[in-house]
Amino acid sequence: MEYLNIFFDEVYKILFLLVPVLVSVAMIVWLDRRIWAFVQKRQGPNVVGPFGLLQSLADALKYIFKEMIIPSSSNKVIFILAPIVTMTLALIAWAVIPFSATQVLADINVGILYLFAVSSLGVYGIIMGGWASNSKYPFLGAIRSAAQMVSYEVSIGVIIINVLLCVGSLNLNDIVIAQQNVWFVIPLFPMFVIFFISALAETNRPPFDLPEAEAELVAGYQTEYSGMMYAMFWLGEYANILLMCAMGAILFLGGWLSPIELYPFTLIPGAIWLILKILLLFFLFALVKAIVPRYRYDQLMRLGWKVFLPLSLIWVVLTASFLFYFNLLPVN
Amino acid sequence: MIAHAIFFYTFSIIAVVSAIMVTASKNTVHSVFFLILDFISISCLFIMIGAEFLGMIMLIVYVGAVAVLFLFVVMMLNVAQQKNQWFAAKDSSKHIPIGLVISTLIFIEIMIVIGGWKYKPDLFDINNSLSQTSVSNTHSLGQILYTDYIHVFQISGMILLVAMVGAIVLTFRQRSGVKRQSYIKQISRERAEGVEVLEVQSNKGVKIDD
Repeated sequence: MEYLNIFFDEVYKILFLLVPVLVSVAMIVWLDRRIWAFVQKRQGPNVVGPFGLLQSLADALKYIFKEMIIPSSSNKVIFILAPIVTMTLALIAWAVIPFSATQVLADINVGILYLFAVSSLGVYGIIMGGWASNSKYPFLGAIRSAAQMVSYEVSIGVIIINVLLCVGSLNLNDIVIAQQNVWFVIPLFPMFVIFFISALAETNRPPFDLPEAEAELVAGYQTEYSGMMYAMFWLGEYANILLMCAMGAILFLGGWLSPIELYPFTLIPGAIWLILKILLLFFLFALVKAIVPRYRYDQLMRLGWKVFLPLSLIWVVLTASFLFYFNLLPVN
Repeated sequence: MIAHAIFFYTFSIIAVVSAIMVTASKNTVHSVFFLILDFISISCLFIMIGAEFLGMIMLIVYVGAVAVLFLFVVMMLNVAQQKNQWFAAKDSSKHIPIGLVISTLIFIEIMIVIGGWKYKPDLFDINNSLSQTSVSNTHSLGQILYTDYIHVFQISGMILLVAMVGAIVLTFRQRSGVKRQSYIKQISRERAEGVEVLEVQSNKGVKIDD
């Protein structure tokens, strides 16, 4: 009986986190299309519901009622497993995101490593989908995407080391609390820029959306998918984007801390601040999609390995020596 | 305690079964997927004994990077359809004695280590072991790795670096006649060197170099 109570308590907490995340994923798709349209002086989706807010819901309904086509020569188990893996990985990462000092599902010691591990597993959904489709375009898209994601993960890892040097803990709440005096975006500004660009590449967003470059590869790894399975890929992708924004907000923008520790600002709960910061980062994501042309593949690889990796490594050395010289290291 | 046992046996059964499936499955790509499942369940076991840092590093390094490269190679080499199974193939049966010898050796080694640990605990330095300290195991690992074993740590890093450089040297070949793109050259191109205005006389034409 006691176990059951604990179990239902946890299930309740998980639902309380997952349902808002899923709803906000749907909203964020609408926001993305709207921002994209406004930059190009279009209206975007504005018909379904007020301001077109229900557009994503209508799209989801359409996908649910569409037929799921499984190609006869595909590897069926892996073909069906791929969108499930993408979706699951995008959602389980939210377990460690702190919305305030106490509002966190799993306050584990190695929170940032968990986030990094889950985001690096995201590549499997794409590889599995691309390979199991047993078709040329999806396979090429999957190979491209795997190489791209593995490359940019490296620089994200090194950037995380930069932040960790200033914090001295792998716990996400500790990382947020360490930014009480100054957000890391100020002392580590170059790293924030590199993190943002790497996050674009990691989530296959434009200008790095080569895995699904429609001019060359039809729709990349999603070519053979239809109906609900396509929708799951699509939801997983946007959940990943939101997750990357949340990671950026926690690592560099002070997570749930309010910008100014003064009376009217401290009344607003931390969750609201975190959501505002995630939305700010997402706004930048959407703007980049609208204003930047797509990279060529060799340029993408060059940027990852020859520019970002050395730059972030040098910055690790700089940060470490600065902290050591001025005796600011958090752990002795 | 019961919940702990249930979780332990679930993960270890998954680990052992998927390890067997790595060698037994017909499709090479499936083998790699089973290998990934194996890595994941082993990292779950690491987390269960409180070595959360090791578990996460296992996920990041092996599942996130190494297995992706495995998959890459297996998919690219087009060895996906391997016809023979290891226990049915005639060719592979001559490898079985060697495999048996190696696995017996590894088994004996593990028996010696675990037996010694069980019956003569004073052989091992208990003070350094992870479970005895109150600080988080990331800190204690760092304290051991970067103080007592710094030389071993550095040497292993150097070995990896040498291996990487060696692999690049072995596969690198300079091809002639390849046009390389230099960003600096492209950006710093001036009008003067790009465009030339010539006075062309009629019926004479212009001779342009190269």
